Amino acid sequence: MIYPIPSGTRDVLPQETGEVRAITDTLRAAFDRHHYGEIYTPALEYESVLARADMAEAQPAYRVFDESGAVLALRSDMTVPIARVVATRYPTVEPPLRFCYFAHCYRGVRPQRGQLRELLQAGIELIGSPAPGGTAEALTVLCRSLDAVGLKDYRVGMGDASLFPALMASLGVREPVRHGLLESLVRRDFVELGQRLHEAGLEGEAAELLFDVPQRRGGPEVLADTPEQADGAVMGLRDVHRLLEPDVAARVIFDLGLIRNIGYYTGAVFEVYDPALGAPIGGGGRYDELLGRFGRSLPAVGFALDVDQLHQALAGEERGTGVLADLRSVAQSAGEQVA
Amino acid sequence: MSSPGGLTIAVPRGALFKQTVDILAGLGMDTEELRENDRKLLFEEIGVITMRPSDVPTYVEAGAADVGITGKDVLLEQARHGSDGRGSNPSGREVYELLDLGYGRCTMVLASREGPDPAVEALRRLGVMRVATKYPRIAARHLEETGRQAEIVEVKGSVELAPLTGMVEAIVDLTATGTTLRENNLVVREELMVCTARLIANPVAHKLKAARIDELLGRLRGLATAGTT
Repeated sequence: MIYPIPSGTRDVLPQETGEVRAITDTLRAAFDRHHYGEIYTPALEYESVLARADMAEAQPAYRVFDESGAVLALRSDMTVPIARVVATRYPTVEPPLRFCYFAHCYRGVRPQRGQLRELLQAGIELIGSPAPGGTAEALTVLCRSLDAVGLKDYRVGMGDASLFPALMASLGVREPVRHGLLESLVRRDFVELGQRLHEAGLEGEAAELLFDVPQRRGGPEVLADTPEQADGAVMGLRDVHRLLEPDVAARVIFDLGLIRNIGYYTGAVFEVYDPALGAPIGGGGRYDELLGRFGRSLPAVGFALDVDQLHQALAGEERGTGVLADLRSVAQSAGEQVA
Repeated sequence: MSSPGGLTIAVPRGALFKQTVDILAGLGMDTEELRENDRKLLFEEIGVITMRPSDVPTYVEAGAADVGITGKDVLLEQARHGSDGRGSNPSGREVYELLDLGYGRCTMVLASREGPDPAVEALRRLGVMRVATKYPRIAARHLEETGRQAEIVEVKGSVELAPLTGMVEAIVDLTATGTTLRENNLVVREELMVCTARLIANPVAHKLKAARIDELLGRLRGLATAGTT
């Protein structure tokens, strides 16, 4: 008899658990070296509490009722619960506050190609440290952690969530049109973006900038020749880049069209890519207004890695180094000893 | 590899194949074997993989190909969201749509048997119309948006058969010239959208191979512009 489990969930058996544990132990040690304290929060929260954040596409997908009829939701990320923790448990503590977590989150995604509805996230939140210093610290922890697990070819794409909205505002795009343009850009449907610019009657330089700027991505040269309407965001990105150590800076690619589909981001946003995997391994960004919604207004930044995606990328790189290789050599020598 | 900048390109077999290969040849690729060998799937030396059009987004999303060419009909059917951001389809494909290549122009239509529209009568008397299609999501979305209740019947082969047998009152299908519809005594009642070939890209490749993809994009834009003038 085969008893099924819900689509998008899975059992993890000892071989895999051993590999995942090797990754999470290494990440935990890296987070610890940077003084991020690990916390747990409940998997279930009051829906009304999570709803204080603007989650857009990543909003909670699963809800249950408790015995008194209150609506509970399975958390879809750890950023919002940690914002709640900071506001309620650390109302007066002097910032900055540093937290890390290893937690399962729940999303209504398609259960294909390793994308799970129950996903294990590893991440940090740096609360009360504004841009650009806080952003640079988060990027540094991100790269040092990925270096520690032995991921070799990863790059961090960085953009700014405020860039395109600022561009639209300064180029006089009318309010009702803005939502549609942003929506096309979130999906990176550049054909539709072009059509919507045309339909909105935008022409000439304005249309060209709105179509061209979000397609610019690459090294620091991307920031060199940007229109003045994007100056605020571009200067912010430059300031962050200037603060990075050379090895971290070398990992960064700028992407002026990067917009994450989570609504609470306000400034720099980033995503982690590896050539061994067709989808991002994780991402993060600044959310300077989220804490205020929970009653303690503090600038903040964080990132989350999808541990299973990271595991797949490591396996995909198939390198003879890193924590998985260490584990293999341990397993091999153990095998030899038994033999 | 002699593909543009070492990118892997997913090329659709079928109706879009010939013009797609012409475009690749226009980019300076050696397409002779691609034209001659219709059994081979993997052309490593030119960085091309071939497949049915509806599989192109699958390979591109997974990163097995960096870029691909397929019809807008396929992309709409497999879209993650409706163009208004509603109608989230959790099994939809996460790919970037970079360029309208302009060729392979077809129209998605709603058609029914000639004479008084049987779909209208079914709606009036039975409150629901039955619609056969190979594009269940596009059909369902269109009927929902136009406020009609419909039972969508998904078929894999010749859709025109379905209304002729009385199984359904209407079909939603892609047509280039309308000849097949006319031969089966079907008339176009509504045009849903025009579909052309599109260049799509894997999200990670779009970042990590940005220069190569942009170069390809620029050259394809040049070809597309030259083709329309």
